[in-house]
Amino acid sequence: MSSGRVVVVGASMAGLRAAEQLRAAGWTGAVTVVGDEPHMPYNRPPLSKEVLAGKASFDSLALTPKASTADVEWRLGTRAVAARLDERAVDLDDGSTLAYDGLVIATGMRPRRLRCSGPRTGRHTVRTLADARGLRDELTRPGVRVVVVGAGFIGCEVAATAVGLGVTEVTVVDPLPLPMVGPLGELLARALLRRHEERGVRFALGTGVAGFEGDDRVTGVVLGDGTVLPADVVVESVGSVANVEWLDGNGVDLGDGVLTDEWLRVGGRPEVVAVGDVARFPNARYDGVPRRVEHWSIPTDTAKHAAKSLAAHLAGRERESAPFAPLPTFWSDQHDFRLQSFGAPVLGIDDVRVLDGDPDGEVVVGYHIGERLVGVVALGGHTAAAKAARYRTDLLKQPTPAVPSTSTSTSTSAVPSALTVQGASK
Amino acid sequence: MKVVVDMNKCQDHGQCVFAAPDVFSMDDGGHLLYVSDPDDALRDEAEEAADVCPLQAIRIED
Ligand SMILES: Cc1cc2nc3c(=O)[nH]c(=O)nc-3n(C[C@H](O)[C@H](O)[C@H](O)COP(=O)(O)OP(=O)(O)OC[C@H]3O[C@@H](n4cnc5c(N)ncnc54)[C@H](O)[C@@H]3O)c2cc1C
Repeated sequence: MSSGRVVVVGASMAGLRAAEQLRAAGWTGAVTVVGDEPHMPYNRPPLSKEVLAGKASFDSLALTPKASTADVEWRLGTRAVAARLDERAVDLDDGSTLAYDGLVIATGMRPRRLRCSGPRTGRHTVRTLADARGLRDELTRPGVRVVVVGAGFIGCEVAATAVGLGVTEVTVVDPLPLPMVGPLGELLARALLRRHEERGVRFALGTGVAGFEGDDRVTGVVLGDGTVLPADVVVESVGSVANVEWLDGNGVDLGDGVLTDEWLRVGGRPEVVAVGDVARFPNARYDGVPRRVEHWSIPTDTAKHAAKSLAAHLAGRERESAPFAPLPTFWSDQHDFRLQSFGAPVLGIDDVRVLDGDPDGEVVVGYHIGERLVGVVALGGHTAAAKAARYRTDLLKQPTPAVPSTSTSTSTSAVPSALTVQGASK
Repeated sequence: MKVVVDMNKCQDHGQCVFAAPDVFSMDDGGHLLYVSDPDDALRDEAEEAADVCPLQAIRIED
């Protein structure tokens, strides 16, 4: 089928990959991508690293669209404000409406904000290029004192980058006792804490933020135990919220992102799929419980699978029979070391074993459910990451699933509903 | 088909090696090696490798 239109909402990595993969799956009809940022799709991981450090220009971040998408229409700087799924229409903030035959939901996440008393100026988040540029301007002011709220991946990366920029006072606050302990478990979290401290990052752990001091702009962060940390710049990295409000009123489960089935279809509709960070999908490799996965590999993986099911539906063909079963992979560069993860460590967080090396140096750690290896994380340099890669093959070979699929509800599950890249924190 | 890798960008993540082992490999020091003019039959593999490079350092040209 070559007539008709697919509308993709969200013009970042997942939206771009969806457009490309629709072409690869044989869709020759119109594709319109709607995105509220003014930019063509760009790569986000460097925002908390190279961009903040001043080592990357926008040109080097831009994702180069494949030639197959040359005729895709990009509606940038335009926000989808409502979807009417029964009528197959999306309303945009410029007053226009796009009718569609197929819809791809790719609206991703936005940072969660702290709802505390005090001034707003001086408080930053890092999700967009504009965010990173604004924060960089502040971090490069001489003598600046920085408090990072949230010791998750992005918080730890920002703290490391700030120290690398020469900021002498960088403190990371988190109510949990260790950085990134949620996604990584105690063993690696301890090793990480030590490495950060050795490189000059300070930590205020085991206590949350109660409020901010200052009149027009932040001058201090008040902790739950009453301590005040002087601060000129605050970075809030306390998790993220799915951009799903525009889908309200359609009877779709928007509890934590957009619930999909194993073909990434939404609300039982074969013409609507969700991709990227916003999609809460069951992974047949694990227990079948739908989860969001905020890892860079997921936009591409979900786009491939979703585009196949959508293109097949639009062409009146049978969809592929294999359910979605990606192997999540994640990395994080901090200071002079890298964390490299394969699989779903968080599912095996209660049984963590050193597979190679030792936590004081280069180490590879395995996460288990019973005797089944479900995730591997390396901490260190090249050699650790290369060693972890060897276990990737083992992860791919593991029999599935470990736990039978229960239902599409996550409420009864003991494991977190998001394999989130940021540690949960208040 | 031509494979072009911006070696200034490459940070040896190795994701391309998983995606296209016939095109990309790592030497003993963990540094990238690749075939710059692979057989056209490897196009899908090579495209996949370009997609999964975290630095977006790989380009596939005709
Ligand atoms: C600072 C940072 C560092 C990261 N580092 C790493 C890393 O080191 N390793 C790793 O594995 N992962 C990392 N990630 C995660 C990775 O970048 C994300 O998983 C990925 O960007 C998700 O892509 P996406 O397209 O699904 O969502 P997004 O990139 O969030 O894109 C969604 C897009 O939709 C737009 N949008 C939202 N609502 C609307 C609307 N109503 N109408 C129109 N447009 C809308 C948004 O503005 C945005 O442009 C990092 C993320 C961030 C933010």
